[in-house]
Amino acid sequence: MAIKVISPGLATTVQDLGRPGYYHLGIPISGGMDRYALRVANMLVGNDEDAAVLEAVFMGPELEFTADATVAVTGADLPPKVDGEARESWSSFEIKAGQVLSFDYLKSGARAYIAISGGIDVPIVLGSRSTYALGALGGFEGRALGKDDELKLLSETLGAGSGRTVAPELRRLPGNPAELRALPGLYWHWITEDSGTNFFSDTWKVAPEADRIGYRFKGGQHIQFNERERPFGAGSDPSNIVDGCYPYGSIQVPGGTEPIVLHRDAVSGGGYAMIGTVISADMDLIGQLQPHSETRFVKVDMEEALAARHDRRALLDKVRASLA
Amino acid sequence: MKTRYTFGGDEHVFVEVDEEMSLEAFFKSLSMTNGVRDKNIKGVTEICPANASFQIKFDPDVISPNEMLAELKKIEATAEHADHTIETRIVEVPVFYKDPWTHETLMRFRERHQDPNGTDLDYAAKINGFDNADEFIKAHHSAPWFVSMVGFVAGLPFLYQMVDRARQLEVPKYLRPRTDTPKLTVGYGGCFSCIYSVRGAGGYQMFGVTPMPIYDPKQEISYLKDFMVFFKPGDIVKFAPIDRATHDKIAAEVEAGSYQPRVKTVTFSLDDFNNDIDAYNQKLEEVLYGD
Repeated sequence: MAIKVISPGLATTVQDLGRPGYYHLGIPISGGMDRYALRVANMLVGNDEDAAVLEAVFMGPELEFTADATVAVTGADLPPKVDGEARESWSSFEIKAGQVLSFDYLKSGARAYIAISGGIDVPIVLGSRSTYALGALGGFEGRALGKDDELKLLSETLGAGSGRTVAPELRRLPGNPAELRALPGLYWHWITEDSGTNFFSDTWKVAPEADRIGYRFKGGQHIQFNERERPFGAGSDPSNIVDGCYPYGSIQVPGGTEPIVLHRDAVSGGGYAMIGTVISADMDLIGQLQPHSETRFVKVDMEEALAARHDRRALLDKVRASLA
Repeated sequence: MKTRYTFGGDEHVFVEVDEEMSLEAFFKSLSMTNGVRDKNIKGVTEICPANASFQIKFDPDVISPNEMLAELKKIEATAEHADHTIETRIVEVPVFYKDPWTHETLMRFRERHQDPNGTDLDYAAKINGFDNADEFIKAHHSAPWFVSMVGFVAGLPFLYQMVDRARQLEVPKYLRPRTDTPKLTVGYGGCFSCIYSVRGAGGYQMFGVTPMPIYDPKQEISYLKDFMVFFKPGDIVKFAPIDRATHDKIAAEVEAGSYQPRVKTVTFSLDDFNNDIDAYNQKLEEVLYGD
């Protein structure tokens, strides 16, 4: 035992870079929603970038350490404290056996990544330590942390030690309004031209139903479907398709009303038409959106999507170089 | 039936084999996904067959989207000539139709249903032209089903009945999805049956429950020790009606670790099936129940 949970926060889960390879059985990739912040947190404490960390949403946990360790908190601005004393985010700091890590109120963003030197030790299930709560799989007993849970570390080490920090320009967070770049496609041709235009020009707001499975958006204009004959087996609503697979980041519009963007714990398929997909480079940003955040979808083509992917990777390379 | 290729962002290709559901579309999807698996294409990270479509997830740093597309089109050309024969399993799934648990749940969500004064089964029977629910139940279990997709949540099979289009049952989903569905509910939406692997939200009509678990993340159930998910696309399922006493007996056997689902291996040929559907289904049953 190295960490005792005094209070768990709202929904704090163990996450790494995920569990690819089982989506065809309905088991999603899971892992940190903001993978950029997760990787950087691990770099700061000297872990492998894919080590398991804690993902805390909206509210931080309170953790008592029973061994000395190095900690870094990245992602949302959820200010860390050691025995009540403030510490910097996006920086590594030391915590001694017997001390308590806690957090101030959330200032911006939605999810903080808490990396601890050595990495969280939970069983590897289907290749990953990530939690998939809907399937009661992986992580700490397949669920979010609870009071009095006891976490182990893979090794008791001080890792890279305290005092390392990442420059503000290398931290990546959504703007206000957030801009999510998306590639139209999938069943895009099922909606009217006007609705397609409106989707990208309207300002949307994150709805209260926003979690690891998906983010719902509201406030934009109703999306109209072209009139056409219903395909056999699809169902009676104009937004119904013959149940198919859902890409990560795909944007479905049940009934044409509130778009849902699926995230790391996605339902793997279903019967609602998807009109496009948020590009891989911007998936991290969704994990940092609070309910009511203003959001715009920005239309891109494949070339721009790949350029954005390249830019994100180049930024991570800069972080690596700055900490080397 | 015309194949449509479309990108889901920079990491997925979504391939719609047909807009509408048919066994032909399902077989082509299955055959193409098998082709992708056999070819071991570098950069492919997920191969997901669905009912009449499939999806490939790939790493665009390893294979460019256009190269990925070209590979799939080559595989499609080969799949056109594939004989529609698969080696698969046929599985008996016992179903307690008209059970008290789905009944209790469907009564709680009546205001979200097309027919607030009836039950899901009565409604399904009526709109499919049956005299009563028992006639509908008979149609539901008299012909076998293909597992045409596994997904939505962990281990949930979508099933398509092995009958001609004229005899396909069709039932709409709930007007608004429920927030609760009992675990192991046998449901129906559009032209698909499903078995809810876990308790949770759902929009399919509810007809009964099976006592046979199909997902076990703890891998404690005797027949799920090797792998936590029971079904895979291409499995054939025969629903067998059971009563309350049999339901409870099987549930107790599952608990005791002594229950073994009835499973046989079988070769399925789509061409032979299409030549005489009823006779072919009869033969499949003989494989399942012959010892």
